[in-house]
Amino acid sequence: MARIEVNHIRHSYLPNPAKDSDFALKEVHHTFEDGGAYALLGPSGCGKTTLLNIISGLLYPSHGQLLFDGRDVTRLSTQERNIAQVFQFPVIYDTMTVYDNLAFPLRNRSVPEAEIDRKVRETLEMIDLADWAKRKARGLTADQKQKISLGRGLVRSDVNAILFDEPLTVIDPHMKWVLRSQLKQLHRRFGYTMVYVTHDQTEALTFADNVVVMYDGEIVQIGTPAELFERPRHTFVGYFIGSPGMNFMPVSVDGRTARLGDQGIELPGAPKEATGAMELGIRPEYVRLGRDGMAVSVSKVEDVGRHKVVHATLEGRDIAAILGEDDEVPAEPRIRFDPAGINLYADSWRVDLDRSGGA
Amino acid sequence: MDKPWNNKAWFLVLPVLVLVAFSAVIPLMTVVNYSVQDTFGNNVFFWAGTEWFEEVLHSDRFWAAMGRNLVFSFIILAIEVPLGIFIALNMPRSGWGVPVCLVLMALPLLIPWNVVGTIWQVFGRSDIGLMGYYVNAIGIDYNYVRDSLDAWVTVIVMDVWHWTSLVVLLCYAGLVSIPDAFYQAAKIDGASRWSVFRYIQLPKMQRVLLIAVLLRFMDSFMIYTEPFVVTGGGPGNSTTFLSIDLVKTALGQFDLGPAAAMSIVYFLIILLLSWVFYTVMTNYDAER
Repeated sequence: MARIEVNHIRHSYLPNPAKDSDFALKEVHHTFEDGGAYALLGPSGCGKTTLLNIISGLLYPSHGQLLFDGRDVTRLSTQERNIAQVFQFPVIYDTMTVYDNLAFPLRNRSVPEAEIDRKVRETLEMIDLADWAKRKARGLTADQKQKISLGRGLVRSDVNAILFDEPLTVIDPHMKWVLRSQLKQLHRRFGYTMVYVTHDQTEALTFADNVVVMYDGEIVQIGTPAELFERPRHTFVGYFIGSPGMNFMPVSVDGRTARLGDQGIELPGAPKEATGAMELGIRPEYVRLGRDGMAVSVSKVEDVGRHKVVHATLEGRDIAAILGEDDEVPAEPRIRFDPAGINLYADSWRVDLDRSGGA
Repeated sequence: MDKPWNNKAWFLVLPVLVLVAFSAVIPLMTVVNYSVQDTFGNNVFFWAGTEWFEEVLHSDRFWAAMGRNLVFSFIILAIEVPLGIFIALNMPRSGWGVPVCLVLMALPLLIPWNVVGTIWQVFGRSDIGLMGYYVNAIGIDYNYVRDSLDAWVTVIVMDVWHWTSLVVLLCYAGLVSIPDAFYQAAKIDGASRWSVFRYIQLPKMQRVLLIAVLLRFMDSFMIYTEPFVVTGGGPGNSTTFLSIDLVKTALGQFDLGPAAAMSIVYFLIILLLSWVFYTVMTNYDAER
């Protein structure tokens, strides 16, 4: 296990990158602590797989340094870095048996056969394929194949880190949940450093202690699931995490009041700085629908099971609110913003509010 | 579900049936006709029964030609398949080198058989041929007209030159279909170059290789034009393969009966081998 320092790494797939947009990874500077479980969350094409491949050594970065426990490994091969990685689509050696597939990475490293046998059997139990050990890997289903891929990542105990590149994409939802909790358990038991790439927020939030949100080649926020939810640092995080995402509306700020059209919204504190395009962000969970507050017109109510999602229009802007399963939309609906959920953004980045006087 | 029963549908297959009848069935039946009769020309025929077949199956000449053909097929497969795999593995996967390599590889396949024969016939001549002359010039006694070993070497090198490309192109198609993730996973697993070949590339090429072997075997078993143009089956009978022998019998000696019987035996052998290959391939597919 190792602490992984990503030191001002930039990467471009072009031979001569000139401008910022040529870089798939603009500049990433972050430390993955030893034994941490991290999720890299972001939309497709945001550079998360690039970052992962740089860590594993499948890709050498254009600029910057990569350190494992303080040792520079930037130019070392995957093999020398001793990393395990699981890919999005199952990679199996289909002429081998399930057992041999798992033994393969160990045999390549000349681990003694007795030790291999012990590790492979242990891993087979873990991924629940013990009964299939002697079968050829060829005829298995997609999720069994992916379990083998996972198993090959987990079978080596001495790795510096285990990297997962959207490993559960091909697996059906129930199995996904089971495997994810198994991974989490493994993490607790053995303390591997794990980095898990995904574009699925549920997966990221349930797997990781720390979620690294990436957007357009940059890390926009690193935090616990609660932090990402309550205090998104960037409008993208607010929008990307949560279902539905955060509501944003352009406002003009005047001291402790944000003006949206004719409405004045009381802020929990005055912003420390208020320059650039200001936006107010509030999660649907903090929008209270009732008989007092600002008048809205409701356009659609979606019942998603546990609760209802109300889509309304406030001052010409769409706004979503969460309503309890048994609550009704009032005849003359009005909304109020819970001050605890109000965030203010200047040019897409969150500004702190001076909350000393308020909530 | 009720299926409409309509015999008119047969009319739709009729054109194909007629075409196949004229191109294959009727000529084949003519050959069958010859194989059981004897003739001295003038359309006078005598019933001969299985006489010609017995003669062919007991003829040393036939079995010798068959033996040469099998040895030839075996040698060219043993060279072309590994060589083809080796070249395919070393061809570029991206960049400007890809079209260049593909065109270079496809060139020999585009040349007509008898032109290939002529090229090598001239190329190998010890008096004016580019290769033949210089091979002799560096002190190796090489003359494919006089020496049967030299004739064999020439015919084999010619076939390798002509047909290795086919194996290369098929293998290359198999190789480029392997997703990058496989190579990346192999790197992560610490696989050696050999392991990557043995456990990733070879299994993925297995199917196209089977097709390549089938095609190359059939083709080399039926080879006629190129060795005929280069050596004419000589010196002596040393490069007389089955098809050359057949033409010698039928047109050289005008022994239509034995030639027809020989054709049918030859045809049945190829049919049998095709069936074996087909069965192996479909079984292999079913296993997957």
